[in-house]
Amino acid sequence: MNGLTRWQRPDLSVWSTFGRLFGLRDEIDRLFESPPGELACGSQWLNVWNPAIDLLEDRDNILVKAELPGMKKEDVDVSLHDGILSISGERKREGKYEGAETCRSERFVGRFHRTVTLPATVKDTEVKAQYKHGILTITLPKAEGAKPKQIEVNVN
Amino acid sequence: MNAVANEGAQKGPRTQNYDNRNDRNFVSPEVNIFETKDGYVLESELPGVNKEGLEITLEGNELTLVGHREKQESKAHPLYRESSTADYRRVFELDPAIDTAKIDAKIDQGVLTIHLPKSERVKPRKVTVSD
Repeated sequence: MNGLTRWQRPDLSVWSTFGRLFGLRDEIDRLFESPPGELACGSQWLNVWNPAIDLLEDRDNILVKAELPGMKKEDVDVSLHDGILSISGERKREGKYEGAETCRSERFVGRFHRTVTLPATVKDTEVKAQYKHGILTITLPKAEGAKPKQIEVNVN
Repeated sequence: MNAVANEGAQKGPRTQNYDNRNDRNFVSPEVNIFETKDGYVLESELPGVNKEGLEITLEGNELTLVGHREKQESKAHPLYRESSTADYRRVFELDPAIDTAKIDAKIDQGVLTIHLPKSERVKPRKVTVSD
């Protein structure tokens, strides 16, 4: 038993080295295989601002919520095209504390762009947006055809 | 604990991450901290929190920030969700130079700004030596 244990140890270490090598190769493969767009956008490679988005639904509306704390209304753009809702904007670096020493800087500054494919057709002209407590809520009324219909069941 | 003046990088209100590590019921909000000549300014992102949902407590040199999200009254059901429902919490260790009696806070569109002025007594003073 002791002999077996002794023999297994170098064996295992060899495999773990290979494991690490394979892992590294996977990493490199992934780097080359990722579409250039993804690299440029930096979804995984660079730290970009991806505000959290929620998609909700009730009987009459589709609701899209985005967490955008501390934005100016004029710096947020919302557009709807072919059933795809697009929210973009920019948070500018505030010069409020110029000359002050920065001790910590975690809040994102810069552009963001998020798109949501809507799960139902909506009335494009009746879309409303509200910005409250740092959350942008977009209410998109469903088109008549997309609403659930109440079907009365007659039981004889 | 109070080695604030000796640690350049950690100067100002220091954050204590151990407080958040094992607590899954809270998320740690992002902060910016600036030091001006009169004090510190702390900005924190708390989307979904209004004035009523804020709880800022001070215990000795420790400032605890808790933000409760506004309750959702709508009956809409979620199809896809990225935002967290957890409340926000983060603890900061304050520079002893801060005059804790003069701290003020305000929240606007999910961004909390806390002003932490330095007290007058920490400004350099000359001590007269008596005979």
